[in-house]
Amino acid sequence: MPENTSTEKEKPRIGVFICHCGSNIGGFVDVKAVTEYASTLPDVAYAADNLYTCAEDGLNNIKDSIKEHNLDRVIVSSCTPRTHAPLFQRTCEAAGVNKYMFTFVNIREHCSWVHMKEKEKATQKAKDLVRMGVARARFLEPQEETKVDVTPTALVVGGGVSGMTAALSLANMGFPVHLVEKDEELGGFVKNLHGLMMTTKSANETIKPLIDKVNAHKNITQHLNSHVASVEGFIGNYDISIGGDGAEAKEVKVGTIIVATGAVPLVPEGLFGYKEHPNVITSTEFEELCNKKELPKLKSVAFIQCVGARGQKVSYCSRVCCNVAIKSAINIAENRDNMLGVTEEKAAETGEVVEEPAAEKKAEEEGSDRRRRRRGRGRGDEDEAGEEAAPSSGVEVTVFNRDVMSYGVEHELEFNKAREKRVKFVRYLPDNLPKVSVKDGKLEVGYFHETLKMERTMPVDLVILSTPLVAQPDAATLSQLLKVPLGQDGFFQEAHVKLRPVDFATDGVYVCGTCRGPADISEAVSQAAAAASRASIPLANGFVQAEALTSIVDETKCTGCGTCVETCPYSALRKNEEGITEVIVAACKGCGCCGATCPEGAITMTHYTDQQLLAEAKAALEEV
Amino acid sequence: MAEQSEAKQDQPSYEPRIVAFCCNWCSYAGADLAGTTRLQYPPNVRIVRVMCSGRVDPAFVLKAFSLGADGVIVAGCHPSDCHYINGNEKTATRGDFLSEFLEETGIEPERFRVEWIAGSEGQKFAKVIRGMVSDLEKLGPIAQEGA
Repeated sequence: MPENTSTEKEKPRIGVFICHCGSNIGGFVDVKAVTEYASTLPDVAYAADNLYTCAEDGLNNIKDSIKEHNLDRVIVSSCTPRTHAPLFQRTCEAAGVNKYMFTFVNIREHCSWVHMKEKEKATQKAKDLVRMGVARARFLEPQEETKVDVTPTALVVGGGVSGMTAALSLANMGFPVHLVEKDEELGGFVKNLHGLMMTTKSANETIKPLIDKVNAHKNITQHLNSHVASVEGFIGNYDISIGGDGAEAKEVKVGTIIVATGAVPLVPEGLFGYKEHPNVITSTEFEELCNKKELPKLKSVAFIQCVGARGQKVSYCSRVCCNVAIKSAINIAENRDNMLGVTEEKAAETGEVVEEPAAEKKAEEEGSDRRRRRRGRGRGDEDEAGEEAAPSSGVEVTVFNRDVMSYGVEHELEFNKAREKRVKFVRYLPDNLPKVSVKDGKLEVGYFHETLKMERTMPVDLVILSTPLVAQPDAATLSQLLKVPLGQDGFFQEAHVKLRPVDFATDGVYVCGTCRGPADISEAVSQAAAAASRASIPLANGFVQAEALTSIVDETKCTGCGTCVETCPYSALRKNEEGITEVIVAACKGCGCCGATCPEGAITMTHYTDQQLLAEAKAALEEV
Repeated sequence: MAEQSEAKQDQPSYEPRIVAFCCNWCSYAGADLAGTTRLQYPPNVRIVRVMCSGRVDPAFVLKAFSLGADGVIVAGCHPSDCHYINGNEKTATRGDFLSEFLEETGIEPERFRVEWIAGSEGQKFAKVIRGMVSDLEKLGPIAQEGA
């Protein structure tokens, strides 16, 4: 049923190129017959088959035919648009045909490969699919992609290691950065810690150079004691209001935003005697005690891993706690920097002179020939190994764990080192948790020995609970302001866990560090550098190009009911002063939810119009 | 059961025609994967690609039925996995409404399906099509209703 689509416009001239894809299509579909059929369809000016349309020959055939047959729209009938549309669109553009005048018909993944044993039916289906493509192509319109200017400034929310690293990367590229930190000083979670993994430097020494660089950088404007109060706009053009404690809100304009708000440790209310007994603390509190040099006198320390994690208060593994416990266990065993405050006492008792640098040197030496000795121990050379690895603090350290997650080369070596220091790793199962109790005024840990199947008790001086990192309590507020999602555990959720790990689905907003999920410092730094790199692309380009897949509101039909405004996942629709909806083109991602919602039919989706989609559906159902 | 098989015998065999509105990011990709893994399913489905299942106006589904589709599928990303944040939530809401509407107006609910098919679920795509074709074979062509 030929429909005359336009009287004023010229009649469409469609070129259809049908691919054999070697034998991938040609082996299961009669491509010649499909091509012949295509040439009989309305407005088809030219139809041809190619052995490989995506090869140079095929592409040249498209370009030449566009000129020769004066084609104004092109259909390629081959594989999937998800991989090959950009290639053919570029070919069209090279020959002067707007890329939105191109239609893809999938006769390989959706036809020849799934109907390999019924050539006749597959051929019929391929004809139907081509007919649908032609029906759609007849209604296509050329589109212009819009360019939107970008304010070449960034906002980084969070002044911890991730936020500072991201801010510094961007500042070093020459972009002004607004760094918002809710605390009164930079440093985030790490500034409260004592020691870090795999370094002998203290946490504060480690991050001081970073803080100094941020403080000294002329491109970074710090907003301390502040928070993001409101966000208006879209990629390239955000108006941010930064609120401070009692201070007047500051308005800044930025092009891109990085979220680096970090995480907090879970407070293990009601678990393992926490808050009931004074010497039951979390691993974060342990760090604070170390910093203040206020550790109690210790002979025996127990770590309990996975407190509140992995199916208890939260579902996930917090990634870092095993390595933190291993680090702390080694430090206790080595009495690093006299953290236990026993050196003098001990020296007095034993008459032995303990020199810290010597102890460290010894540790390094031990590390270098660790393998040899481990092999030695395997041969039953128990005494020698035991002598060499004797703990210098004399403190018994036990790590109660479900399974030790010391992933990666370095952490695995640390785990080995802890074992050489005679740190004990005792396994427990989730249905038989260790029990912390007090007997005769003395703290003890009761546990079930999984190998001997036996209940045992261990007197301890200190129990350190390794609790997971959990999302910031105010993450939801920021997520609503920025219109970016939180995952089920309350952490910010990236666009794609593998392919876009530091992007949000919303353009112009990026994420890094522990606000995205538990991570150690090196991971947070990598993520921050990645996020800065991603956030710099629009800033460096100076503009963003929006795909011409957007909604258009017909003002004469719009009644201002606002249904579309509520429906839009990107807040790309707003009511103007007259109460009529208008589209913020740069923010619109072209999903079309608004178009399907409008009760007045006032919204048109470019390139996926009602007319185009219904023509396709109608063609699918035509009796031939 | 007996009635159904009798009814089936009475009807001349026919090829059910299914229109599937598939979102670009998940379900269309799922159909692609069914192809790359060479899963075989009956050649009764014609896919109309949309960017998001949330684009599918309930009127499109009704129009497809009125044009003679024996079955219509709207397929999108799994809940909370939408490429457009939450477009599929709208699909779910409209789907519930449409199913109710179709049933109230005498169209068998089996003729309309909302399916969540991920880009990694080629198997599921093939299974959905097989299942729907077999359902529709039992039901007979849509135009025979009330005839």
